[in-house]
Amino acid sequence: MKVETNDNIASIQKVKQGNIYLEFVDEGISAGFPSPADDFKNKRISLDEELVKDKNTTYYARVSGESMIGAGLDNNDLLVIDKSITPKDGKIAVCYVDGEFTVKRLKITKECVFLMPENDNYKPIKVTKDKQLLIWGIVTYVIKKL
Amino acid sequence: MYAIIDCNSFFASCERAFNPELIDKPLAILSNNDGCVIARSSEAKALGIPMGAPLFKYKEIITEKNIQIRSSNYSLYGDMSERVMKLLETFSPDVEVYSIDEAFLKLPKTDDYQKVGHTIKNYIYQCTGIPVSVGIAHTKALSKAANNIAKKFPEKTNGYYVIDTEAKRLKLLKWLPIKDIWGIGRGNTQRLQNKGVYTAYEFTKLTDDWVKRNMSIVGLRLKKDLEGEPTIQLEDELQNKKAIATTRSFEFTFSDKENMKERIATFASRCSEKLRMQECSCNVIMVYLKSDRNKRTESQYRASRVLTLPYATNSTLTINQFAQKALNEIFKPGIKYKRAGVILMGLIKTNALQLDLFQNEDPKHLKLMSAMDTLNEKYRGRKIKMANQDLQRTWKMRQAHLSPEYTTKFSDIITLNCHTI
Repeated sequence: MKVETNDNIASIQKVKQGNIYLEFVDEGISAGFPSPADDFKNKRISLDEELVKDKNTTYYARVSGESMIGAGLDNNDLLVIDKSITPKDGKIAVCYVDGEFTVKRLKITKECVFLMPENDNYKPIKVTKDKQLLIWGIVTYVIKKL
Repeated sequence: MYAIIDCNSFFASCERAFNPELIDKPLAILSNNDGCVIARSSEAKALGIPMGAPLFKYKEIITEKNIQIRSSNYSLYGDMSERVMKLLETFSPDVEVYSIDEAFLKLPKTDDYQKVGHTIKNYIYQCTGIPVSVGIAHTKALSKAANNIAKKFPEKTNGYYVIDTEAKRLKLLKWLPIKDIWGIGRGNTQRLQNKGVYTAYEFTKLTDDWVKRNMSIVGLRLKKDLEGEPTIQLEDELQNKKAIATTRSFEFTFSDKENMKERIATFASRCSEKLRMQECSCNVIMVYLKSDRNKRTESQYRASRVLTLPYATNSTLTINQFAQKALNEIFKPGIKYKRAGVILMGLIKTNALQLDLFQNEDPKHLKLMSAMDTLNEKYRGRKIKMANQDLQRTWKMRQAHLSPEYTTKFSDIITLNCHTI
């Protein structure tokens, strides 16, 4: 008898006369319980899977400066941004304002939108009619190098 | 119902997605080596920058009118294209990638196609920053015409147009000039105009017999499609100036890699021939694989890979080599594959690029390819085939106005100013 594996299905085939040998198989043939570990192998932890909900809507950006340190966004931190999330009051968003990209917490009131820094040395930006604001994406994770 | 989704000024829109400063400004994208203009924003078009304009001839007007220029950033465009196409799968399992910036969808049944058009447009814009136009109709040819309307009248249509009544269909056909019918070609346009046929409506009034005799079965299928009878299916390949594709569904599914390598080599070779027939070269190659989605019990898999070539080429050897590389990256063992394809994009006229021959590939390829084509034509069928060859030589391109690779290189991601604001 020759035992061989074909994909995940172990099959047993008749072999030519006089030619009897066994091949090593790492799964499928077992007299007792199959190894409970088999179902879990190949599933190594992946940061991509954990941090990226949809890779087609996920983008990355780097922080330069300290206006958001109160929210845990330090200089040089890497941000994971998901564009598919709808901007809402209180979310931290990548914004394009006055010809520059920045990151701020959104404060949306009935009258207008404020871009709130999280550092007392910086002032909130009031988005008035003459200011063009583009909310580019919502920050979902911060990755820091220690 | 079918939908076609077409990205507006795709290359310019990719640049703008990561540099919003460029929104509303005239913008032109240059060919490899910054030789000539290969894509323009509508503002640059309006200022009289023609397609293919050699940069040196238009230097003055570019400075004078403050037209922004960028070198082509195919890594960015390729990645953004992949994102758009993948996002479209949210709306339908049947997506036919038609070119780098266009896709057909077979839409699931619903009672509100207006809403579908609206949602697709908004969702793609929100998730990528790329504005698209959407045309929806009973057939592919009609959806393409609906898309023309959405593009021509963005304010009125809000970027999407649905043909869901007979009255709308007739109105559209009477408006649509013959030359703008999808895939009609210059020769047919001329022939029809000589016969006094100027609109799509007049075209549909010709007899089937005349159309078949003068424009072959392809013309007849187009006529049926415009009449509202779905005749051109998603699998059909029609040529388009922006992309050349060879894609097939297999009669039987298979999992064997060698087999797939052979298929991809054949598709790559077929595509390259078409490319040379049109006297074009390509800059980008895309390979895709798909399992059989009708067999729900099998593991489902679909993948595509876009590779940017180091230089524009129409050599079967080079194109196949990159196709195999792309295949290697996405091939997953154990999957039963039902469909695969090779799509060439970023097309430019070959004679435009021979000017900088020394920056391109081994000139021997040109002669070799032309000999190969002649022999294959003479002996019908493809007698001359490729063996795997390694002939890679890459050259540094001139790309003086290149934007960062925002989505494919960590060192190039956008920076957020938290210093001064």
